[in-house]
Amino acid sequence: MTDKIVIKAEGLTKQFGKFIATNHISFEVHEGEIFGFLGANGAGKTTAMRMLCGLSHPSDGRASVAGYDIATQAEEVKRHIGYMSQKFSLYDDLTVEENFTLFGGIYGISRQKAKEKTTSLLTELGFESERKTMVRSLPLGWKQKLAFSLAIFHNPHIVFLDEPTGGVDPVTRRQFWELIYRAADRGITVFVTTHYMDEAEYCDRVSIMVDGKIEALDTPANLKRQFGGASMYDVFYALARTAKRVD
Amino acid sequence: MKALKYLLVKEYKQMFRNYLLPIIFVLLPVAMMNMVPRIATQEVKNLNMAVIDCDHSSLSSRLTHKLASSEYFNLYATCDNYEQAYDLLERGDIDFIITINDDFEKELYRTGDTRIHIDANAVNGMKGGLGCNYLTQIVMQYAQELNAEAGLSTKRPATIEPRYLYNSSLDYKPYMAPALISMMLTLLVGFLPALNVVSEKERGTIEQINVTPIGRIEFILSKMIPYWSVGLFIVGFSMILAWKIHGIVPAGSIWLVFLFNIVYILTISSLALTVSNYSENMRQAAMVMFFFIIIFILTSGLISPLSAMPHWAQEATRINPVRYIATAMRDIYLKGSTFSQLISQFIPLCIYSIISSIWAIASYQKKE
Repeated sequence: MTDKIVIKAEGLTKQFGKFIATNHISFEVHEGEIFGFLGANGAGKTTAMRMLCGLSHPSDGRASVAGYDIATQAEEVKRHIGYMSQKFSLYDDLTVEENFTLFGGIYGISRQKAKEKTTSLLTELGFESERKTMVRSLPLGWKQKLAFSLAIFHNPHIVFLDEPTGGVDPVTRRQFWELIYRAADRGITVFVTTHYMDEAEYCDRVSIMVDGKIEALDTPANLKRQFGGASMYDVFYALARTAKRVD
Repeated sequence: MKALKYLLVKEYKQMFRNYLLPIIFVLLPVAMMNMVPRIATQEVKNLNMAVIDCDHSSLSSRLTHKLASSEYFNLYATCDNYEQAYDLLERGDIDFIITINDDFEKELYRTGDTRIHIDANAVNGMKGGLGCNYLTQIVMQYAQELNAEAGLSTKRPATIEPRYLYNSSLDYKPYMAPALISMMLTLLVGFLPALNVVSEKERGTIEQINVTPIGRIEFILSKMIPYWSVGLFIVGFSMILAWKIHGIVPAGSIWLVFLFNIVYILTISSLALTVSNYSENMRQAAMVMFFFIIIFILTSGLISPLSAMPHWAQEATRINPVRYIATAMRDIYLKGSTFSQLISQFIPLCIYSIISSIWAIASYQKKE
């Protein structure tokens, strides 16, 4: 982790009609950091993340990602980020290898290079035997690990993970977080949303959103001290129960 | 544009892994070309009629026999009274009632003039009208025969001897076959790309594409090119089928057929993508496309001739791209029209294709 700021949001806002999904949030994320982006359902996490990824226009405020403005240089932003959405988004009628070749090709990685990379990646995951398997026939845990590997296949500066471990068993979640750590070690900044409080403990810093606003932002240790809780669960509960929005 | 190659590989793989699609690409032309030109005919045949012969004379029974032996009519029943015959008509067993008056023979000998009544079921106006015409013709012929036998100098009215141009046998098949090709293109290339993009929206994979630096044109091209190739295959394959099954070949240039269809495929596939860009899910896309395609086909002259439509409707069909390709296909196939003769079909089609492809690209937004 360095002092270099790779994500900077200033008063970032998204409004749908009268509903303010994300309400003037400001924060900074440092290079190589694992940044936990927490909040109850409907707190505005996904909306904020979609704006940072250049998938959604901010209504107000601004933000830069990897040095590019999300409103005016969205396509530049996209060149430097990886994104794993809440919905599973590999092509399930392509094989594992074909998915990697496709997304590699989109970022300008040649077929040959993608092949080599896929080999080393699958070997590392212990998944070499499933190279030619259709993605649809894989179990969810594996799909999620592959989706993450795909999101960082082109060595992005930052990877955005939207509830990457939803519905995944505890063992696989643990393995998944090992992958996240490995990516962070390689210098990739990780921006992750989750509902699992044990995962929040793994983050370098955590922000907690309530009703579209960031109500707390610090390291897990500091947050626990600040809210007098024994675990991140206590901190989250103390904040989230003040929410007025209902799903 | 480097990414386009990878996207195309993906699209073709997905298309051929969908086991149903390639089968449809082959089966649809085979089924349509085999069946439709044979069954979709405007000719009226096998009309059921009932004859009420009140005269029971030799002349009236000769007439009945003559009507029954015509290739257009079946003598379903001979009835004794009108009620009986009308009952059959009501039940839908017959479409025509021919009533021969009881003084038929007598009047004919006495004055040389007599009457026959025809009741025609005109629920299907075309069938009723044509049937009456046929009946009239048969009765006229019979009258001439009788006159000739009587040695009368028949006052024959001027006979019209029509010469039918371009489709001399008045066969319906050469008229339907080229139009069928346009109809199949409209169905396949109009529906499939629309459903394809929306299915990516439903599965969420489009988000993964939108978060990459892929260009909009590249993405739209990757969605259209596979269907262009499918469309061209359909055109070529259907032309071969029309030739092998019905012996129908274009009187004009084959290249001209392809030129027109290429522009048309571009138009209809762009329209499909435009619809899919505005649709949230499959149901919406399918219903919107269905709406357009039905109206396009019904008002294109494929089924009912343009010239028979009211003036305002004819003007309204100018915004229908199917109209231009259907007209062009029939003209090339039947009249052997050349490019310069078809320029008035070509230019609107080109304008349409330019507008719709720009619209398709513009309506695809990577950002909301």
